[in-house]
Amino acid sequence: MRKPLYRDHALVLRVQRLGEADRIISLLTRTHGRVRAVARGVRRTTSRFGARLEPFGHIDVQCSEGSSLDTVMQVEGLSLFGRHLLEDYPRYTTASAIAETAERLTPIEKEPTLRLYLLTLGALNALAEKERPATLILDAYLLRAMSYAGWAPSLRACAVCAEAGPHRAFSVPAGGVVCPNCRPPGAAHPSTDALNLMNALLEGDWGTAQSTDVKIRGESSGLVAAHLQWHLERGLRSLPLVDRRESTT
Amino acid sequence: MYEGAIQDLIDELSRLPGIGPKSAQRLAFHVLAADTTDIKRLSAALTRVKEEVRFCVLCFNVAEEEKCRICRDPRRRDDALCVVEEPKDVVAIERTGEFRGRYHVLGGAINPLEGVGPDQLRIRELMSRLSSGETSELILATDPNTEGEATATYLALMVKPMGITVTRLASGLPVGGDLEYADEITLGRAFEGRRKL
Repeated sequence: MRKPLYRDHALVLRVQRLGEADRIISLLTRTHGRVRAVARGVRRTTSRFGARLEPFGHIDVQCSEGSSLDTVMQVEGLSLFGRHLLEDYPRYTTASAIAETAERLTPIEKEPTLRLYLLTLGALNALAEKERPATLILDAYLLRAMSYAGWAPSLRACAVCAEAGPHRAFSVPAGGVVCPNCRPPGAAHPSTDALNLMNALLEGDWGTAQSTDVKIRGESSGLVAAHLQWHLERGLRSLPLVDRRESTT
Repeated sequence: MYEGAIQDLIDELSRLPGIGPKSAQRLAFHVLAADTTDIKRLSAALTRVKEEVRFCVLCFNVAEEEKCRICRDPRRRDDALCVVEEPKDVVAIERTGEFRGRYHVLGGAINPLEGVGPDQLRIRELMSRLSSGETSELILATDPNTEGEATATYLALMVKPMGITVTRLASGLPVGGDLEYADEITLGRAFEGRRKL
């Protein structure tokens, strides 16, 4: 019996070697959620679509459904972001962290996640276009992706009692800023500018975000990373490897 | 599920890369049916490879002495150094007969998604070799995939300030193929790297 085919737009999140010349491709699709599919023979130099299945590519893909893994039948490139990202090492490492986050935030395969797909597509596009500093794009992506997952940090009101802020202390286990009454031991005391930057990134206020200096961005990145790793339980492998130097091109 | 030695062998074989449970079972029963002399030879080869083969102290290619055959060869050029991901890439380049310089084997490629960064590769040793001043050209022959390209970009970033010429292997159309079947990336690169006749 012929296996059912489906066609979708997708982002290539990760590729893994399989056997002699095949790969398992992890895709974040527009309507089918995260899909893992086998791409046969794509490591051979004669492969007709191997180059389109490299990480960070935005593709139009046709797959046939399988019992455990689907099979990639046909691929057309829409925007192959990897080509631009690979010219700039800091942006490549940033894109890797974005791809891993997208994968980790979609633990169940074939569960549609249109908002996360569009957010990931936008982030990779912004990185490839070099529109904004890579670290700001990454932190904005992580904050918004966590927000979609229901883990947005509370940045105005106390995360415990909801008392209106501004508050100075930030507690990762509590889920954001905390008032003096709720502040647990070990809570961090970030600068007001760092909290304002996080808020600007969450709300898409790029004017405010881009006016900050490197020190504030570093402080904000530390809080975002700690908040993400706390909720994911198992840390992201790529996040410590993000090269936070200014882009080389 | 089998019992005893045969199941142990299936379990061990299925831990090898590219070998699933079915293949492991097939190989295990092949071993069981094979001639004892053949299996003893296989067992001796496996033991010998772990006991005698090591990594060259200079280039990290596989060797049976302190230095590999290429590093010991005085006829090879010292001013050209070719960086590859794995020892099998050295064999592939040697087959071309086009390169007479030395090699450096990184032991993989940068892959943040798998937790492999520059510190997990033999990049520090490469920088140490380059600081001796003998090398005038560094040829980056990492795989033409995302991880290989990222590794090449990183190495170029680190090495260019040292005043060493950094080159990358050309990529383009495979010999014997039809142009119409080439994907847009490969064809685009072939155009970028076109040469005057």
